[in-house]
Amino acid sequence: MTTPVLDVRDLQVTFSTREGLVTAVDGVSFRVDAGEVMGLVGESGSGKSVTGLAVLGLIDPPGRIAAGSIKVKATELVGQSEKALQKVRGKDVAMIFQDPMTTLNPVLRIDTQMIEAIRAHEQVSEKAARERARDALAKVGIPSPEERLNAYPNQFSGGMRQRVAIATALLNRPAVLVADEPTTALDVTIQAQILSEVQALCAETGTALVWITHDLSVIAGLADKVAVMYAGRVVEEGPVADVLERPIHPYTAGLIGSVPSRNKRGVPLAQIPGMTPQLSKLPPGCPFAPRCGYSTDPCRTIRPERTPYPGGRAARCHNPLDVPPNTPKADAARELTP
Amino acid sequence: MLVYLIRRIGQSLLVIAVMAVLVFLAVYAVGDPVAILANPEATQQELDAIAARLGLDRPLWEQFAIFVWNALQGDLGTSFVYSESALTVILERLPATMELAFVALVLSILIGVPLGVIAGLKPDGLAGRTIMSTSILGFSLPNFWIGLMLILLFAVELQWLPASGRGDTVDVLGVPLSMFTLDGLSHLLLPAFTLALYKSSLVIRIAQAGTREVMLQDYVRFARAKGLSPRRIVMVHVLKNMMIPVVTVLGLELGSMIAFAVVTETVFSYPGMGKLLIDSINRLDRPIVVAYLMLTVFIFVIINLVVDMLYAAIDPRVRLSEAKG
Repeated sequence: MTTPVLDVRDLQVTFSTREGLVTAVDGVSFRVDAGEVMGLVGESGSGKSVTGLAVLGLIDPPGRIAAGSIKVKATELVGQSEKALQKVRGKDVAMIFQDPMTTLNPVLRIDTQMIEAIRAHEQVSEKAARERARDALAKVGIPSPEERLNAYPNQFSGGMRQRVAIATALLNRPAVLVADEPTTALDVTIQAQILSEVQALCAETGTALVWITHDLSVIAGLADKVAVMYAGRVVEEGPVADVLERPIHPYTAGLIGSVPSRNKRGVPLAQIPGMTPQLSKLPPGCPFAPRCGYSTDPCRTIRPERTPYPGGRAARCHNPLDVPPNTPKADAARELTP
Repeated sequence: MLVYLIRRIGQSLLVIAVMAVLVFLAVYAVGDPVAILANPEATQQELDAIAARLGLDRPLWEQFAIFVWNALQGDLGTSFVYSESALTVILERLPATMELAFVALVLSILIGVPLGVIAGLKPDGLAGRTIMSTSILGFSLPNFWIGLMLILLFAVELQWLPASGRGDTVDVLGVPLSMFTLDGLSHLLLPAFTLALYKSSLVIRIAQAGTREVMLQDYVRFARAKGLSPRRIVMVHVLKNMMIPVVTVLGLELGSMIAFAVVTETVFSYPGMGKLLIDSINRLDRPIVVAYLMLTVFIFVIINLVVDMLYAAIDPRVRLSEAKG
């Protein structure tokens, strides 16, 4: 078995607030191999973005990584000095963000912003760096890249800006790219283009991709595997086709049910009742229990542990929905399937 | 850009016209200059003769019409006291005030921007809090008092710097300037620092708020995600964005420094325009006061125009949207 390029173990991120210590990410573990795409799915406030930022060591006070390990190419990042992290960011791990309108500095030209990303990690001439930036722009499908290098961000559309951000992030051929909802703010048609471009670019360079989103339909076509987060924990994980086809956790099932689909025309859209819980006021049992249609007494008192299932899957649930066959737990929960 | 410029100039002319009416009316309403100029024992006949010579016997509208007609030809009247063109009298003192304001401006940037950035980066740190609370002092201590204290400390006690007046000048392009001679600079330092103290506090506040705001922007996070050094992020990404509000405010403040260095110039007996204004108000030298105020309006209008242009130079977004309009 090869070592994964990104190996996150028992990651715990806490924020000290006025209401006390809040655990935004609690015991998250996942691994991504070179060239693999992992979807990190969850509602707002589920801790998915914080997890992404933690991978780059970008958690600012009052937040901090309280426990766990993040290894990129077998090098431990947790506990590293800011200077050491600087060398890793943009070189081994890159990140793109949600809103392309605000990711690029409005008062600096594109060439400045791209060349500095190269020269932060390599001693190359201005000219050579510029050529690399131009080639990178051409690769993400920006027409007449040489001229566009001299443009300011406001001279680009949203989709084009996100392309520039992607080109910038991939300049140093990082081993891992963390993409924090990069298509959420874009038109649907542009979304699809960007998705396939990022996928192709990552496949080409063998970059492992962590795609953070709340949109399961994006994950379905893009990712190899998926981790569903709820209230700072991964509640279900596994190969993307299996998870979407036969979700184990009721929360995953709820998410899938609330995706609009052509086949369900005329039927009111299913929704998960209630709201994401406040992290400072989590119930003692399963955080999803108050919103769950399958919750039983143990759900309200005992926090469910991570239970592995065959086919490389796992979930945290006392009443799993659709447990793959040949597992000891299979008979326990069948009657609850709707 | 050209359309924008023409529109801005049109607005500026309107402002100048309105100000001309207001200034003339306001000055006309104050006192009787003939009574001050004439010999106390002068007869009514002599008084009338003076009034006729100065054109003060004519009705208000006629005086105003003559003023406007002359002003359009570049003549803002003749000083009652100096018997010289009012504009000439003022312009003679303009370089002194200009360089005082300029040195004060440079000082306030050199003091204000770095301190503001430091305070903005670590708003809860000891340095940040010290800077911010000290800047309140800069705001609230009266200008004349600071001037007096500085004179007391540096001129009287330590005897490092001269207490008053303007130092040696050299002609630069025909303009006598003192900031290029050591003696001139030593005379400039105290009044310029006095004038700069309030502005520095202002710059610190704006720079601090700007830095805090910019540091939270996505592009700063993206810059960090690219692996840039904190130094580069602050010096390039933050500074350039943060300077936009600083330039705006400083532009306006430069106008007020030139026009209203009155108190500082009086404290330091600095022979600039501000001191001239105070003297002229005391002597009811109307043409000087009117010409001074008109010149001030003019300077403000020009500075505003330049600031807008500078703005466009720093911020490409302004450039683009104005090009469209």
